[in-house]
Amino acid sequence: MFWHLPSVPAKSPAAKGCFPEDNPLQKRMLAPQQVEKIGIGLLILISLITVLPIILIVVYIFIQGVPAFSWEFLSSMPSNGMKSGGLWPAIIGTFYLTLGTAIFSVPLGIAAAVYIAEYAPNNQWTRLIRIAIINLAGIPSVVYGLFGLGLFVVFLKFGTSILAASLTLSIMTLPVIISTTEEALRSVPTSFRVISVSLGATRWQTIWRIVLPQAVPGILTGVILGLERAAGETAPILFTGAAFFLPRLPQSPFDATMALPYHLFVISTQVPGMPIQIQYGTVLVLLLFVLGMNLAATTIRSRARANRQW
Amino acid sequence: MEEIRSRPVWKEILATRVIQICGYSSILFVLLILYFLLSEGLPAVWTTDITSLLGTRWYPTEGFFGIWPLIFGSVIVTLGAGLVSVPLGIGTAVYISEIAPRWAKEALKPLVEILAGLPSVVLGFLGILVLSPFMRRLLDMPTGLTALTGAILLGMISIPTIVSVGEDALNTVPKAYREASMALGATRWQTIWGITLPAAKSGVITAVLLGLGRAMGETMAVMMVTGNAPVLPHSLQAIFMPVRTMTATIASEMGEVAAGSVHYSVLFLIGIILFIISLVVNVLAFTLSSRKITRSERLLS
Amino acid sequence: MDKIVIEHLTLTYSDGTESLKDVSLSIPANTITVLFGPSGGGKSSLLRILNRLNDLADVTTLKGKALINGKDILSPEIDVSALRRKVGMVFSRPVPLPLSIFDNVSYGLVMAGVNNKKRLAEAVEMALTQCVLWDEVKDRLNAPGIALSGGQQQRLCMARVLSLEPEIILLDEPTSALDPLATAKIEELLRELKEKFTIVIAPHNTQQAARISDTAAFFLQGELVEYAPAETMFTLPKDKRTQDYITGRFG
Repeated sequence: MFWHLPSVPAKSPAAKGCFPEDNPLQKRMLAPQQVEKIGIGLLILISLITVLPIILIVVYIFIQGVPAFSWEFLSSMPSNGMKSGGLWPAIIGTFYLTLGTAIFSVPLGIAAAVYIAEYAPNNQWTRLIRIAIINLAGIPSVVYGLFGLGLFVVFLKFGTSILAASLTLSIMTLPVIISTTEEALRSVPTSFRVISVSLGATRWQTIWRIVLPQAVPGILTGVILGLERAAGETAPILFTGAAFFLPRLPQSPFDATMALPYHLFVISTQVPGMPIQIQYGTVLVLLLFVLGMNLAATTIRSRARANRQW
Repeated sequence: MEEIRSRPVWKEILATRVIQICGYSSILFVLLILYFLLSEGLPAVWTTDITSLLGTRWYPTEGFFGIWPLIFGSVIVTLGAGLVSVPLGIGTAVYISEIAPRWAKEALKPLVEILAGLPSVVLGFLGILVLSPFMRRLLDMPTGLTALTGAILLGMISIPTIVSVGEDALNTVPKAYREASMALGATRWQTIWGITLPAAKSGVITAVLLGLGRAMGETMAVMMVTGNAPVLPHSLQAIFMPVRTMTATIASEMGEVAAGSVHYSVLFLIGIILFIISLVVNVLAFTLSSRKITRSERLLS
Repeated sequence: MDKIVIEHLTLTYSDGTESLKDVSLSIPANTITVLFGPSGGGKSSLLRILNRLNDLADVTTLKGKALINGKDILSPEIDVSALRRKVGMVFSRPVPLPLSIFDNVSYGLVMAGVNNKKRLAEAVEMALTQCVLWDEVKDRLNAPGIALSGGQQQRLCMARVLSLEPEIILLDEPTSALDPLATAKIEELLRELKEKFTIVIAPHNTQQAARISDTAAFFLQGELVEYAPAETMFTLPKDKRTQDYITGRFG
């Protein structure tokens, strides 16, 4: 077996003094193989410490949250000062926000990635674009909230609305979509492009007919993960579109809306006497949403790998 | 061949132009964000006393806008998070990339991805209901909503970033390095610490930088568990006391300020500070990782 | 005038490699011309000049002329897409596009704007018949291109080119990835095709060059050393370098 090194052969008198056993000091230190065993054990321990809480969290949320679950919980309006009743407006609100985010960020993000991966020359401007994307990826979510407030709510006078919140979330989601799409495009073999062009197709035709279709699974995975994050964010929607106590569902993009993460935040910190069960129920809904998206992304990824035509 | 009619060329030109504009859009957005932050935040500099801004009291209702306590809050919580996330994150990354058998990899990676996808409110929620009472009982303190609790929670939140970027960096180290090392008789452990990690050094540093950046930018979870006390420390005990980060300040006070007021501008000013910190961290990480690529290309050619 | 005339062509890449040094060459129509020699000689570069695929590479200097049917194809006014439909290329590794067999073969026509289904079906059948592939695949035209064997895939790649009814066919080491049986089929195909097309091929060994060529050109490090009819090139080469290469003194 590769990992088991052969033992030291019988020593000749000429080699006396060369081996660790000969040196009295060395005898007290650990042999490399023993150090390795301890080290690997340590790494395994560290990895367990990292993932164990995750498993515990998921299990705990399920245990605490399932009792609150019922069809009514998910589909009716809240009542009694939010202390009982359903999550429906929050669920629908998160759905609208995610949809809005998708509408703005997906086409723009894919187009930007196509430019970077297929058209951009290797110069300073392209480096600048990359730095800008990295930057956008690192901006704290609350700063996006400030930006959204300044531009969409105040300057463009959209007010606290689904529109303002979606636009804010889309700019925040853009870097994720751009980088995963770029990676997906780059993974399509260059030979396809060369062959397509040698048969008389133009660059755009090649991208549209061959490269993009082959990159779709990777793009889809990135979009799902990006939207998953957008749906779970609270800070960007705090001052741009989220509201807690709305008597009815939003009727237009210019209305404010309830949203699951914001709802959870308020009921767990600002509503005295909020039943614990409902809080956990809300958490469970969010968790199921995240797990569902992750599962979708993973399935798409592995199916694509199996069906690759190259 | 004569029957082949020429395609409309204008469609092609239009598509190319649109794509080019979309490509440059990210630069536009960064500039837009910077512009709006500056236009709403800079007024704070001339409408308040500079001594107030640089002071040590954050008490907006009485006109004290000292941002030091907030900066301190962010720094201590981020560093604390680093103490948790860096060893755990790098250790897990090393295990996944260098040692774990296939089945372990396929179990660990999805779990880390789940953690990455958990909304921070959910973690903050569990922080309030589970972690903080636990810490209070464990350390026998008056409250569990402290910098320490926040640091632990933030550490968890930044682990996925460090694990994924770190794992990528380790995977980029060519197999040839490891094989050469072990052909000379070194153990896997010696190879990891003597060859692989040093070779992936800039990628790992990038991972740590991005992880710390994530921690510093986190809002909801810290807001929910670090208590609500924008104060400067008196002693090392501070880690067991409530603090306030810059992010939490913006999130909790923005809802209550009048647009255009001094308080409003100062909150935007804090936003500018956060923007600059993230700019520096991310550009640093980017330069590190792009320099690394050229170096290894040279080495292997 | 001969079909293809190359005048004093010099080509340098951005990393400094001089790929072609003052090459002049004249290729008559309906022949099989072979470009052979050790690797790095410039054969692939010359092929890629003829259908302007060198546009995709990092080229710093390009001097001289390349005339096809009397027109210089290196001039900027040339419609490159139309040129590539007239000058087709088959590559060394058979790479079907990630499409069905039918879509692979009809790809060039569809990209050119042809969408008459009947016309496409006829062109696909004609091209696949020319490549002796029609009988093997006519029942599964919708199967993906990669479902075929290596030799079949390469004939598919040739059918892809033939469906555009080109005038010139370029082949860059087309059988290097194939077994001897598949290789023989392709070589026989080429002999038939030269009746209608002008063929320029860079074979991957000298034996293949000797088997199929009408005229042969020996390239050594970017220089055209010798250009002669096949009967004399491989039996009594004039240049010592050619003789050393053919007899295996270097390689």
